[in-house]
Amino acid sequence: MKISMHVNDKLHSVDIYDENTPLLWVVRDILDLKGTKFGCGKAACGACTLLVDGEAVRSCSYAVKFANGKHITTIEGLGTKEDPHPVQQAWIEEVVPQCGYCQPGFMMATAALLNKVPNPTDDDIDKNIINVCRCGTYYRMRKAIHRAAELNASEASSTTQNS
Amino acid sequence: MKTRTLYTFCVLLLVGIVFAATKGPLTTTYLHISETDQSEEASDIAFDKMMDVLTHQRCVNCHPNDHIPKQGDDSHPHYFDVVRGDANLGYQATNCNTCHQSQNNPYSGVPGAPEWSLAPHSMRWEGLNRIEIAESMMDPKRNGGRTPEETLHHLTEHELVLWAWEPGVNADGIPRELPPVSKEEYIKAVKTWFKEGHRIPTK
Ligand code: FES
Ligand code: FES
Repeated sequence: MKISMHVNDKLHSVDIYDENTPLLWVVRDILDLKGTKFGCGKAACGACTLLVDGEAVRSCSYAVKFANGKHITTIEGLGTKEDPHPVQQAWIEEVVPQCGYCQPGFMMATAALLNKVPNPTDDDIDKNIINVCRCGTYYRMRKAIHRAAELNASEASSTTQNS
Repeated sequence: MKTRTLYTFCVLLLVGIVFAATKGPLTTTYLHISETDQSEEASDIAFDKMMDVLTHQRCVNCHPNDHIPKQGDDSHPHYFDVVRGDANLGYQATNCNTCHQSQNNPYSGVPGAPEWSLAPHSMRWEGLNRIEIAESMMDPKRNGGRTPEETLHHLTEHELVLWAWEPGVNADGIPRELPPVSKEEYIKAVKTWFKEGHRIPTK
C-alpha cells in the first residue's frame, strides 16, 4: 500500500507491504526520525506520542494506513535549536530530562494539551499528561508545562502586538 | 404355526383399533395456545436472547454507571485513570482517539471501531437487570431521544455495537471473549422483539 503523508511539513510517500504497520516503525525506521521512542508497543506508556493533524496519538498503536493524507508532527518538527517551540524552551529552562527516553512523548503530549487548553491547571495536567517516566521527572515536567503555557501566552501576545 | 401367528396379529390389530377409537387422547387434553400467547412467547424468547448479549461485558463495559469506562472480560476500570470527560470521549488532549482508532489494532491489542466512545451517562446499564436495561433502552429520556426504530437501528446496525463480535485480541494477543449468542441470532432476536411490539417481560 502506498501512503502519502506530510511529516514535519514535508511530503513523504512510502510503500508499505503491511498496512497495519505501526506509524512509529515508519517514522523511525523508514523516515529515520529517531526522536519518537518505543516503550511498550501497547499504547500504555506514551513514549511514542506524536501529533496527527494536531492531535496527540500513540504511534505504536496507530496503523500507518490511517496516516494517509494526514499531517504528522514529531519532536523533530516541533521547533528547531535556533527557534524552539515553547514546550522545548520550557523543558530546557526547567532542566526536565533525566535519562531522556520518555521526554519526546511527554513534550508532544504537552504540545497537544496547550493547543486545547492554553493555560492548564494542575488538574488538567494530571488528567491529560498520563505518559510514564521511569526516572520520575514528573515534578519538573509539571513546572515546565506551566512555564510552556506562559511562554506560549507571551509569544501570542507579542504576535498580536506586532500585527 | 403360521396360521396361529396370523390369527394373533389380527386379534391384536383389532384390539388396537378399538382402543384407539375409544380411548384415544381426548381433544380436551390439548391446551389451546392463542395467537397472542404464541407471539408473547416468541417475544420473550427473543428478549432473553437479546439480553444475553446486552448484559455481556462487551456491551456493558461501555455503558458504565459511573464515569469510568471498563475494560476486559473482568470489567476492570480503564487503566491510566481514563474517565468519561465532557463529551464521553475522555479528556481534551488525551482522549479515546489518542489510542483507539476506527479498527482493532492487531499488534498493540488496542480495540477500535468507528465512533469509539462511551455511552452517555443517561444510558448507564452497569448494575441494572435485564428488565431495567430494556426500560432504559426504550425510554427516550434516557436513550438519547431515540424512537423504537432508531433504537432497533442502533442495536442491529451501529458498527460500534457490532464490534462486539469482532473484538480482536487483547494486549497479550489473546482473543477477547465474544457475546454468548452469534451476531446473526442476536440480530434476528432483536428484530423479532421489536416486531412483536418490544414488550418488556413483567418483573
Ligand atoms: S510505545 Fe506507544 S505507548 Fe508505549
Ligand atoms: S527521563 Fe528517563 S524515563 Fe523519563
